[in-house]
Amino acid sequence: MTVPDIGRAIDAVWRMESPRLIAGLARMVRDVGLAEDLAQDALVSALERWPETGVPENPGAWLMTTAKRRAIDRMRKSSVAGRKHEELGRSVQAKQETAVDDLEAAIDDDIGDDLLRLIFTACHPVLSTEAQVALTLRLLGGLTTDEIARAFLVPEQTVAQRIVRAKRTLTSAKVPFEVPRGADFAARLSSVLQVIYLVFNEGYSATAGDDWMRPALCEDALRLGRVLAELVPAEPEAHGLVALMEIQSSRSRARVGPSGEPVLLLEQDRGRWDRLLIRRGLAALERARSLGRPPGPCVLQGEIAACHARARTPEATDWARITALYEELVRSSPSPIVELNRAVAVAMAFGPAEGLEIVDALTSEKSLESYHLLPSVRGDLLVKLGRLEEARAEFDRAASLTKNARERALLSERAAACALGRKPSR
Amino acid sequence: MRYMMLYKPGRETDAPPSESEMANMGRFIQEMAATGALLSTDGLQSSAKGVRVLISDGRFTVTDGPFTETKELVAGYAIVQTKSKEEAIELARKFLAVVGEGESEIRLMHDVPAF
Repeated sequence: MTVPDIGRAIDAVWRMESPRLIAGLARMVRDVGLAEDLAQDALVSALERWPETGVPENPGAWLMTTAKRRAIDRMRKSSVAGRKHEELGRSVQAKQETAVDDLEAAIDDDIGDDLLRLIFTACHPVLSTEAQVALTLRLLGGLTTDEIARAFLVPEQTVAQRIVRAKRTLTSAKVPFEVPRGADFAARLSSVLQVIYLVFNEGYSATAGDDWMRPALCEDALRLGRVLAELVPAEPEAHGLVALMEIQSSRSRARVGPSGEPVLLLEQDRGRWDRLLIRRGLAALERARSLGRPPGPCVLQGEIAACHARARTPEATDWARITALYEELVRSSPSPIVELNRAVAVAMAFGPAEGLEIVDALTSEKSLESYHLLPSVRGDLLVKLGRLEEARAEFDRAASLTKNARERALLSERAAACALGRKPSR
Repeated sequence: MRYMMLYKPGRETDAPPSESEMANMGRFIQEMAATGALLSTDGLQSSAKGVRVLISDGRFTVTDGPFTETKELVAGYAIVQTKSKEEAIELARKFLAVVGEGESEIRLMHDVPAF
């Protein structure tokens, strides 16, 4: 292998092995920030050694052994010098506690997985959502700071600071490296699911920028979701989220037109939907259902996505079932955005006038004031009712609200068609 | 990016895999699925149960297995989603370490959206 080849091979190994490496080290030293530093040290050693020796047979084990040796070295150095480095001091103490903890964990904690602890720590509520996202992608997705920055269109420095601050917050808040138990578990799991879905959505409908989608981010989120679902196989919501993301991803080829413009669900060429991902999504939903618990918001959204996936043509869509699912979703987790989606389904099942009634009730909703999809949906329904002049105003308003350039172009086009007294062609 | 990996053992045997081989492979597949990288995988039965259909100069030929050029025979496939070719290579190394011999042909699939 040439030197650049080795570099790329090391990148690949890092991406694949670093989450487990950091998770294992974090259990040992009880500090995520320190664990990541140790893992990075091991990576530096690999970068020095592997170009000469080649990538070892079991690179993950090599990195772990090296990092553990570093950890012990650092602890020893700090005690020889007599200066009790705060972090390391704690980690020595933590090591003694770990033995006891491990024993307890074996008895008490049926999950007991380092990766799961790492996920829950990265998504801990002491952190802001932005910090949770950055830390999750970095520690569990194996993304570099630069990759995260490019994905979210912010300067690298911003992401780097966000991560440093997040790690510091975890340390100073003494956030334990553990999986929450009892009543806490459900709430914390739900925030982990939200972080993953947020990453997915940023990739699926980029809120800003020139591209309508950033598929790499969708893949990262999907991969995290699959990992999580295997770590908590008894949690239907984890499978529900995977189902939702697999099925939405199955459409990514069909939802972008030849010049990068968005193609809406009902206009997509369903032949371009990815059957493999649909199959995986339906299987994930089946797993969720087989657990026999009342469906939560992720499972319900997965079921809705599945209704579309099962329909071979737009006309074959079971809108009555979708409406019923949205009603259930509104009941279990009410939100104006869900209500807006329900309006669309009701319009398809029972006619645009009925849908418009629901949308009109939402126009006074404060939280939707600058949400471009509200006027966009209202415009669509008005077009169907032949009220083109009113529709034009709605599309104009929607275009002024979206931050996505592709979407803005589409909405302006629709407004222009209405202004000419024509129903928009798409 | 999505890769298809075609496994070519380089020989064909009628002997079914041993219980421990099956168990090792099962564990490996489970592990790979848990990393989120493995999308789909399966093994193929012996070429004796296969058929080849050919068209040449507009004429079809149908030939029953077994096929003789065993070096090129595909015995299984996996579809994986990775960030890079190097990641796919790492996965192939892990897979080959479990099966012990043969080669894995790694091919990039057309899953890139049109933009």
